[in-house]
Amino acid sequence: MQDFAESIRVAFHLVVSADADLLEIIGLSLRVSLSALVVACLIGLPLGALLAIRRFPGRGVALVVVNSLMGLPPVVVGLIAYLSLSRAGPLGWLELLYTPTAMIIAQTVLVAPIVAALSRQLLEDLHKEYAEQFRSLCVPQRTAIAALIWDGRYSLLTVALAGFGRAIAEVGAVIIVGGNIDHLTRVMTTAIALETSKGDLPLALALGMVLLVIALVVNALVMALRTTAERYAYA
Amino acid sequence: MRKPIAAMGSGGESVAPERSPQPLLPLQAAGVTLDIAGQRLVDDVSFTLQPGSRTVVMGPNGAGKSLLLRLLHGLLEPSAGQIRWGGVPVNPDVRRRQALVFQRPVLLRRSVAANIDFVLRLRGTEGRQQRDEILERVGLLERMRQPARLLSGGEQQRLALARALATRPEVLLLDEPTASLDPASVQTIETIVTAAHAEGIHIIFVTHDIGQARRLGDEVVFLHGGRLCEQAPARDFFNRPASQAAQAYLDGRIVL
Ligand SMILES: Nc1ncnc2c1ncn2[C@@H]1O[C@H](COP(=O)(O)OP(=O)(O)O)[C@@H](O)[C@H]1O
Ligand SMILES: [Mg+2]
Repeated sequence: MQDFAESIRVAFHLVVSADADLLEIIGLSLRVSLSALVVACLIGLPLGALLAIRRFPGRGVALVVVNSLMGLPPVVVGLIAYLSLSRAGPLGWLELLYTPTAMIIAQTVLVAPIVAALSRQLLEDLHKEYAEQFRSLCVPQRTAIAALIWDGRYSLLTVALAGFGRAIAEVGAVIIVGGNIDHLTRVMTTAIALETSKGDLPLALALGMVLLVIALVVNALVMALRTTAERYAYA
Repeated sequence: MRKPIAAMGSGGESVAPERSPQPLLPLQAAGVTLDIAGQRLVDDVSFTLQPGSRTVVMGPNGAGKSLLLRLLHGLLEPSAGQIRWGGVPVNPDVRRRQALVFQRPVLLRRSVAANIDFVLRLRGTEGRQQRDEILERVGLLERMRQPARLLSGGEQQRLALARALATRPEVLLLDEPTASLDPASVQTIETIVTAAHAEGIHIIFVTHDIGQARRLGDEVVFLHGGRLCEQAPARDFFNRPASQAAQAYLDGRIVL
């Protein structure tokens, strides 16, 4: 077991020297989580808009479901994705288990409800404000939805960032469906878990630092967006 | 060049026929009643408005002026009675030919110019020239790049009026558009409304400002407690109001 200060020194060196293994792991993390975010937005945003604007039977149930899914523990998502993708599962024929695609699927399941639930709330508030004016102008529903999404774009971006933050930081889902295979499915969080348990602290620490920086950047972006939106009264 | 109404917005509430073979006026309200949660808020209101005159709807606070305007515009369904514009019950096609300026303007969270562009696009008449003309008219051309919500109250209401005019309405309904505005904005709005009327737009103007009603009204509809107390030419109304409520109101004995 190395001495702690020494571990930190090596960790810094890894980051500063742009260690190849480190970059590979970071690259895969970003690729998986950003892909998951894009797919989750493609699903979650229209769903959120639909729930915000349309009144239909079963809407209340749908709201409860989406809101509960928002709090799904990643390991449970991982388990369900694992069962679906494993050879005996309904999607086993795709042979995706232990691939980055499987990890993207799992994180999409994790993030889509967040995007749907948060954007629903946001768009519904905006819709309440615009609804009567839009009825007066006879705005077609599609135009109305597009206007709501456009006018809510700053807030919706912060929703996306929240989703990204959740995806990049979770370990439970990706470790189950990805398996943490070196050079194939090893991402930052799974690598940290593994290296720590092996006692290889420098790599774990280096990845931890990067993760921390990503979290800081995401939060800074959220704040910057809020401030911009408020300054221009667009939010 | 103005496109036919049928060309605008796909997937709307319904497709309108070619522009207005049938004029919207006269407006007939017959026994219009509105109950909300067991309360009668508009009570058996009947009147007819002929084309050409500027109608001022007056009455103290809570008289039901805003509700009546929403009923006329089809934003609320009467619980009983009928509203007919040129013989046609109010529907989206009728509503599309009208514009309502709300008491508290709801502006899009966009720039001043984008607020106008939105309705021009909606009506299939977008174009920088149209937009600039409209903004010029309400004195907001220099501010067109500003976020609409950072305008002052008077500017916001002028923008709302500009947006209403951008839809090229045949009827313009205004709900106390100048309440609590600075005198300059009040004057601008009154001037624009007068000009719109001169262009042939029918005006229905809600106000509880007696001076304003005198300046703008050809005809007065007076409401009190959800009921229609009287409908009269403006001169008659101000000289010798027929109803006691109107008399009291003009004397300042009904508190706003
Ligand atoms: N949605 C509503 N539900 C219940 N009461 C309402 C509603 N809207 C308006 N009212 C009541 O109806 C009355 C008339 O309202 P309104 O038309 O806004 O008056 P005003 O003449 O001042 O515009 C008021 O007493 C108001 O409180
Ligand atoms: Mg009112």
